[in-house]
Amino acid sequence: MNLHFLANPTRFQRWAGAILPWVATLAALTLGLGLWLGLFVAPPDYQQGDTVRIMFVHVPSAWMGLFVYTGMASASAVALIWKHPLADVAAKASAPIGACFTFLALVTGSLWGKPMWGAWWVWDARLTSMLVLLFLYLGYMALWDAVEDPARAGKAAAILCLVGAVDIPVIKFSVDWWNTLHQPASVVRLGGPTIHASILVPLLTMIVGFTLYYLTVLIVRMRAELAARRVQALRQARVASRESTLAPEAG
Amino acid sequence: MSALAAIVRRDLAIALRRGGHVGVVVAFFVLVASLFPLGVGPELAVLRRIGSGVIWVAALLAAMLSLDRLFQADFEDGSLEQLVLAPVALEFVVLAKALAHWLTTGVPLLLAAPVLGLLFDLERGTLLVMVLAMALGSPALSLMGAIGAALTLGLRRGGVLVSLLVLPLVTPILIFGVGAVEAAATGTPARTHLLILGALLLAALALTPWATAAALRSAME
Repeated sequence: MNLHFLANPTRFQRWAGAILPWVATLAALTLGLGLWLGLFVAPPDYQQGDTVRIMFVHVPSAWMGLFVYTGMASASAVALIWKHPLADVAAKASAPIGACFTFLALVTGSLWGKPMWGAWWVWDARLTSMLVLLFLYLGYMALWDAVEDPARAGKAAAILCLVGAVDIPVIKFSVDWWNTLHQPASVVRLGGPTIHASILVPLLTMIVGFTLYYLTVLIVRMRAELAARRVQALRQARVASRESTLAPEAG
Repeated sequence: MSALAAIVRRDLAIALRRGGHVGVVVAFFVLVASLFPLGVGPELAVLRRIGSGVIWVAALLAAMLSLDRLFQADFEDGSLEQLVLAPVALEFVVLAKALAHWLTTGVPLLLAAPVLGLLFDLERGTLLVMVLAMALGSPALSLMGAIGAALTLGLRRGGVLVSLLVLPLVTPILIFGVGAVEAAATGTPARTHLLILGALLLAALALTPWATAAALRSAME
């Protein structure tokens, strides 16, 4: 199956409707398993106690924040190069999900930081680059919102997303640099060279669960977006046909 | 090349004959920077510590403020359409527009910055590095800002939106710009920071015209 199989929105709707229940069930099961493993099976950290369990939400959220942006950048490239009709729908539908994951990573990071660092917010390099990432998401969504014509909005947002994708490594690099300049390594860092399997397994399960959840919400949002565009098109067509029937009488 | 020069000359002539806008941008820059002593208190030790950062942030905001004029006027009177249709690559046109924007806003900010530095009690060597860092950073700001200006062209809420789009993207320029000045203030060599700023400028010079031109084309369709 290649990309063109799904290039037809009607076919996509049918296909997406068929796999949605499966993906959703799988996501719920994996998330349930991951939560159970993380909250009850994994041992508490010898230093941080049960607080370390925040990690099982925090790390997957942060990972998804980056993963979703990568996905959006790929979709934007596909939209610009091949004008694939579903690519910009996918990118648009992804943005709020990615923003939520990034926000969740920041919130859980700050909840974790309060007992560990004694402050809600520390200008740690990772937190700061996640904050910039959140602003990139917000800008992307605002641009979609501000441009009325969906064709132009899609193109503009795709260009912005790709510019961001090129810039993100530079931002990451400079924030790391800035952080080492301003803050000597006073921050408690998790891990060390190896993570024990009792922590790694629940963590990986949660990451898979988060990804499946993302796919579920993405499918729902893409279907909603396609339906919304169809409604808009039908409405415009009706207005246009009414105008054309009225025109001779007026003239 | 002659087309490029012609566009720059035209934009400069427009800016000179309608001088108000440049003045407003510089006034905004000075005003924002001089609000900070009112906010944090007049102790020179504090001001010396935050001076370079404040001046850079104020310059960043002032540059954002000036971006909406970059393509908007040409878009409204139709000359942008002629530029898109002209037998010159749109990427070059964009480069010329960004250069003109830098000459009319970046350079005035650059000239005003040392005066502000004196208000924050920065030393002469530090001021010199600050001007150097801004000379490298502000053209990159104009180039990155051009992307935002092209993306929001003709939108009703363009002014605020362009800041939201561009500011996260230019954080590296701020970080290394301030880094250079702070290095100079603490007596360590600022060379590395300046070199990275130069690298950022070169990368922006090579890459941003493509994005800006693509955004302009989609806006003119």
